[in-house]
Amino acid sequence: MKAKIYASLAVVITGAVLLYAVTDFPNFGDPHSPANAGVKGGAPSASIYYIENTYRDTKVPNLVTAVLADYRGYDTMFETVVILTAGMAIFAILRVLRRDEDTEEAAPVDRSIDGDHHRIIVGITCRIAVPLIQIFALYVVAHGHHSPGGGFQGGVMLGASFILIALSGSLSDALARLGESSFIRLACIGIFIYAGFGFLPLLVDRNFLDYGALAGLLMTDGEEMARSHSMLGVEIGVAMTVMAVMFAIFANLSTRGRLQGGL
Amino acid sequence: MIVPFDILILVFLVIAAVISLWVKDLLAAAMIYGIYGFLICLLWAEMGAVDVAFTEATVGAGVSTVLIVATILNTRRKSTD
Amino acid sequence: MVSFFQEAVVPHFNFWIYVIIMMIGLWAVIAKNNLVKKLIGLSIFQTAILLLYVSLAVKEDAGIPILDHHAVAHVGEPEGAAAEAAGEPGKQHAGEVDTHGNGHPAIDPDRIANPLPHVLMLTAIVVGVATLGVALALCQMIYKDFGTLEEDEVLQKIKSLHDDV
Repeated sequence: MKAKIYASLAVVITGAVLLYAVTDFPNFGDPHSPANAGVKGGAPSASIYYIENTYRDTKVPNLVTAVLADYRGYDTMFETVVILTAGMAIFAILRVLRRDEDTEEAAPVDRSIDGDHHRIIVGITCRIAVPLIQIFALYVVAHGHHSPGGGFQGGVMLGASFILIALSGSLSDALARLGESSFIRLACIGIFIYAGFGFLPLLVDRNFLDYGALAGLLMTDGEEMARSHSMLGVEIGVAMTVMAVMFAIFANLSTRGRLQGGL
Repeated sequence: MIVPFDILILVFLVIAAVISLWVKDLLAAAMIYGIYGFLICLLWAEMGAVDVAFTEATVGAGVSTVLIVATILNTRRKSTD
Repeated sequence: MVSFFQEAVVPHFNFWIYVIIMMIGLWAVIAKNNLVKKLIGLSIFQTAILLLYVSLAVKEDAGIPILDHHAVAHVGEPEGAAAEAAGEPGKQHAGEVDTHGNGHPAIDPDRIANPLPHVLMLTAIVVGVATLGVALALCQMIYKDFGTLEEDEVLQKIKSLHDDV
């Protein structure tokens, strides 16, 4: 009980200090606040540059995708590496590779659709829904330049479609479609695709991740389209890593690292 | 941005956050956390951050709830506080 | 009191709520006893920070940070065609284009939401769920070793282990 009083005291003091700071914030929705327009008398904010020049530089109407994959590509690359690292951490913490005495607790029940008639409505519905989800996820990845979407969203949706298979049928159904060795490989290949798009410009004396240098290789007219197409390639890499890691996290968490049985 | 909608969602957001920490049943807490994720997804869409809303809809309301439920079913459902 | 609300609370309502949600999350992380509850609190704390950043990106009367497809299609065309397309009544979109005859559109930054905080928060959300997965994996290992997820019981068991040695 004493701990809760101290906790409440610390939280109230932190909150009071932050609320005091909030009164000095620019008004909500102010287009000329320092974050949106830069400080008065100083240089304009970087976002002004992005808004005004993204379409001219890259021919991508979705500013968020362009900034994510091109201007701040280095940041996004290592965010993807963080996701891969999280997947590896889960593997290191939970995965049980030896078949030891833990497996005796109960033989995993066969809960695939054919073995359990109580799940037949849910199972069949999800079997119909999953291909549609996956096609929409691929559309989200490929059309991320022109509409909301991109590698992260599409990758999470693809991972969620496999999670849906695992939840509606059994984990073995999902693992038959995306096995453990496959998702480990896919997660690494995604990072390699991203880093490969970064390294290729180095060969022609340009900067890391300077996609404009790939105009000749991708056979596009002009550097702008090369940047646009390279963004698509990078997003595909991100989607592969995110899909594989999301499914790996679920598969390990739901079975305590055994990858059999399931919820 | 639509101010009445904004205020309404923000109030619901605080209520959902408090309730998800209030309930003693962890499965209920996870579900209310899913509702919280969906409300904050609505908030992003209302503030014009469509890409963030899309990500939050797939991640916050979908995958993270499933992960918490997977952990709860593998451990214990009751909580003392 | 009324003037305080009008001057300090109403124009900063999003920021006030961000502080309140952050306080709820911080309180859960410190004071809650169950580890899964702590993780839910940590996620709520994270969304409070996201709320701060996305609120900073909002501009009044601005559209989403995706340029209008029809407007930007006229880039590089003669001035008349672009102005006609942009000025058509009922077609006022976020990415209003106003060609100055120099080959690229002059986009009004005040009419488009700031894309930079959106980018930063988008990656933060996905990284957040991956790290939530790691934390939940640690919870499962703690449950396997100690048979409980309550913090005080875990601490007691660790203490009794040390006392035995």
